[in-house]
Amino acid sequence: MPARCVNYYSEKAATSCSRHLMDPALIRDLKSLLGPANVLSQKEDLLLYEFDGSVEKARPEAVVFPHTTEHVSRIVKLAAKYQVPVVGRGAGTGLSGGALARRGGVMIVFARMNRVLELDLENWRVVVQPGVVNLDISRAVEHAGLYFAPDPSSQKSCTIGGNVAENSGGPHTLAYGLTTNHIAALELVLPDGEIVRVGSRHGDAPGYDLCGLFVGSEGTLALVTEITVKLSGKAEAVKTLLAIFDTVGDASRTVAEMTASGITPAACEMLDGWTLRVVEDYIHAGFPCDSAAVLLIEVEGLREAVESQAAAIAEICKANHAREVRTARDERERELLWKGRRNAFGALGRLAPSNYVLDGVIPRSKLPEALERIHETGKKFGFQIGNMFHAGDGNLHPIVLYDLRDTEQFKRAIAAAEEIIRMCVSLGGSLTGEHGVGMEKSELMTLLFSDADFELMRRIHDEFNPDSSLNPGKIFPLSKCCGEIRIRKVSPANRVSS
Amino acid sequence: MSSAISLPVRLEKIVGADRVRVEAADLEEFAIDGQKPSAVLQPGSAEEIAEIVRMAASEKLALVACGGGSKLGIGMPPRRYDLALDMKGLTQIAHYDAADLTLSVDAGKSLRALQRILKEKGQFLPVDVPCVERTTIGGTVASGIDSALRQQYGTARDFLIGAEFIDGKGQVCKSGGRVVKNVTGYDLHKLLVGSIGTLAVITRLNFRTFPLPETRAGHLASFPNARSALGYRTTLLKTGLPFANLEVLGPEFSAMAARMFKATNQEVPDALSSNHWNVYAAYEGNPSVVKRVTRELGKHSAAADASKNEYLSAAVNEELARFSSQSYGFLTSASSGEALFRIVLPEFTARNIAEILRPAREHSLRAVFVLRACNVAYLALLAETGDASAIQSLGCVASGVFSTVTAAEGTATLLHAPRALKQNINVWGAKRADFPLMQLVKQAFDPHSIFAPGRFVGGL
Repeated sequence: MPARCVNYYSEKAATSCSRHLMDPALIRDLKSLLGPANVLSQKEDLLLYEFDGSVEKARPEAVVFPHTTEHVSRIVKLAAKYQVPVVGRGAGTGLSGGALARRGGVMIVFARMNRVLELDLENWRVVVQPGVVNLDISRAVEHAGLYFAPDPSSQKSCTIGGNVAENSGGPHTLAYGLTTNHIAALELVLPDGEIVRVGSRHGDAPGYDLCGLFVGSEGTLALVTEITVKLSGKAEAVKTLLAIFDTVGDASRTVAEMTASGITPAACEMLDGWTLRVVEDYIHAGFPCDSAAVLLIEVEGLREAVESQAAAIAEICKANHAREVRTARDERERELLWKGRRNAFGALGRLAPSNYVLDGVIPRSKLPEALERIHETGKKFGFQIGNMFHAGDGNLHPIVLYDLRDTEQFKRAIAAAEEIIRMCVSLGGSLTGEHGVGMEKSELMTLLFSDADFELMRRIHDEFNPDSSLNPGKIFPLSKCCGEIRIRKVSPANRVSS
Repeated sequence: MSSAISLPVRLEKIVGADRVRVEAADLEEFAIDGQKPSAVLQPGSAEEIAEIVRMAASEKLALVACGGGSKLGIGMPPRRYDLALDMKGLTQIAHYDAADLTLSVDAGKSLRALQRILKEKGQFLPVDVPCVERTTIGGTVASGIDSALRQQYGTARDFLIGAEFIDGKGQVCKSGGRVVKNVTGYDLHKLLVGSIGTLAVITRLNFRTFPLPETRAGHLASFPNARSALGYRTTLLKTGLPFANLEVLGPEFSAMAARMFKATNQEVPDALSSNHWNVYAAYEGNPSVVKRVTRELGKHSAAADASKNEYLSAAVNEELARFSSQSYGFLTSASSGEALFRIVLPEFTARNIAEILRPAREHSLRAVFVLRACNVAYLALLAETGDASAIQSLGCVASGVFSTVTAAEGTATLLHAPRALKQNINVWGAKRADFPLMQLVKQAFDPHSIFAPGRFVGGL
């Protein structure tokens, strides 16, 4: 069948996309609803909100800080009245442009809806507002031996609302799953301002799994105003291993073999030699600077399970020529290794003005091949591409360093990124493992999805968000023709993730 | 296309003459709550199904996708039922990368056959579901039926990583992918889990697979009443020990298990022969983990003052695990008039269990109760006959259970009920506040309402 021309955006949405300046009456109404201190509309204030952790940039016309669900509902109704789009935002640490106001309009920042509403430790549930910082959930319950399992590297600053929107992951996703596996119920504000609850606090209720749909829908179906999260019990034993390799191939073959033998550690991260030297120079985590790659592997559970798993892992590492397998001696050493991993992006910021972190996923059995091909892509486009990623679940984070002032270099960085993502897809993988599609990868969606797939996703979108008033310009490709893959034209931004 | 040509002939043009059946016996086999389709088709590919669906959409024919047929009793009778799709013609394994622990399999594949293939690589899918001898993987996912291993592995939603399906417009669609971590696009496959075929015809499912455990073990502890059994269960849950399953078996359920052992000439575990509440702990892992859990179970059951404390031999444990996971089948064929509830409560206490059992006692109906891990309980109501007065009693008791559960802020679903009972009672219970959103989902997937219309929550 010849490629058919499809515009995935409805006429109505397209019209609302090309709006002009915001009506000052809306700003007045927002101020009277929230108080002047909770509404920003001056250009210099808005500049702060035109970035997130991605290479994208888009400026909202107003930024508002609601305190309650009722506020959110009324903001949405006002925006609808003035026909202005709305985009939700947590801490803005996202890496795909999900929290950017691509079509301008009102940005709802949930920073002040940051209360823990209820601790139900008996049933391992916590009810929180969307602005609560990820790590603060675990801090609120650690006295009971509990924690919230999803742990994005930005967990000290990213919010649970953003995690829900993007279905965020983290190193420990390998054993415990993404955000979606840890959400019991949600309170939502729909595009018409209606407040609805979905899911069930204690178990699955009859009906469609609406929580499963909303988590990871990137703010394109509804705004989340309250979240009931499932907690996990802390393991009685944890062991953190650092396996040191002289070649990247040996390290990646170790991961593939470990997976194939059915061992699932709690986390399995890889840092290649180039990346770990940059990190070590900055953080002094104890990574061996003369190695080609390290694996940071964590096993946890019952003491007995941890011992035997760690022994089996060490054996596979040795069989794949690991130079050394170290075990963190105490909590301090363990923390230091993880600090090295979590703060690594900050370290990279010292090398180049900008970096572009990709998020492709591949089958674990293809890991050695994928790393080889990333290296080739780097050579072809003239970049040193670093790799620091969730090896255990095949979630690659190749990092392309570039200088945004050099337009030609930026173009090459984008081209290299596209080649890597295409490679992931050709190996049977996917575009994004945990960062979301957002603005960044919307044009690449056609690599994976057919017209029929888009049509159905579009019908779902339109049932909930018929005017594209919520987070317009995300997930769906803007390209007029299917099969036409374009990387969007953006001004690069000097952003790094933490 | 012309309606002058009879329906079977037009269907034959799509799937071939040998794959369209209209004999009375064939139609009877695919009856749902007594309603028979006009034709049974066995498509051989997703494209054929898409074509059938397009035809059904244009002619407003209602269509039900059937796997092994073991759970077709779930839900309300269909409002309309024209075509049955026998999915057992789609049985390929499209992709199995054992080294990546990922699998892509056609929906009509028999679960048992699938598990055999995975076992060759030392792996399995943790869906230990009822009617395993008949069920297909598609039916398992679509029915949303609980797995006995849910405590440890979660439900299908937790390891289903992608799906291919035919939407209500007759288009082949997909969501997710074949990798274990993926957030690309809407997670539409999650909506298919438990949707009993009302959103789409599932043609292929992608999973992450799991290594088979080295060893499995089981333990029974008996208690004279529900209160002490529940107390012991709570203690065990708080230990953080990795249980594959942790069940509280009511006295009637224990007795049924005992009868099953006897009927198959096997040694009956001592604990099951008393008229007590039993707590069955199933666990697995490497030998040192199993040894540790075994030791701790002994300690905790002694501290809880269990009247019996019994480690099961491997053979007995396997049999009890099978009975437990297959109990749906046993419970729905235990008498001629039976109803089976699935109940979820925020917390199960001796008091609210007594409340749930009370209506049955008042109407002198046998009630078989088992509390699974994850706060899911099954309650079977067994009438001696299927006559009108028995149905009336069942109806009274079922209403009583629905109101007790609702008052306790839980949810109840009648997974199985006689046809006559379904005329008076909605098996899904009352609509919830999020029902309008479910209507939106249905409208997007199945705009012409041709997939199993009326069977799901709120008449969807």
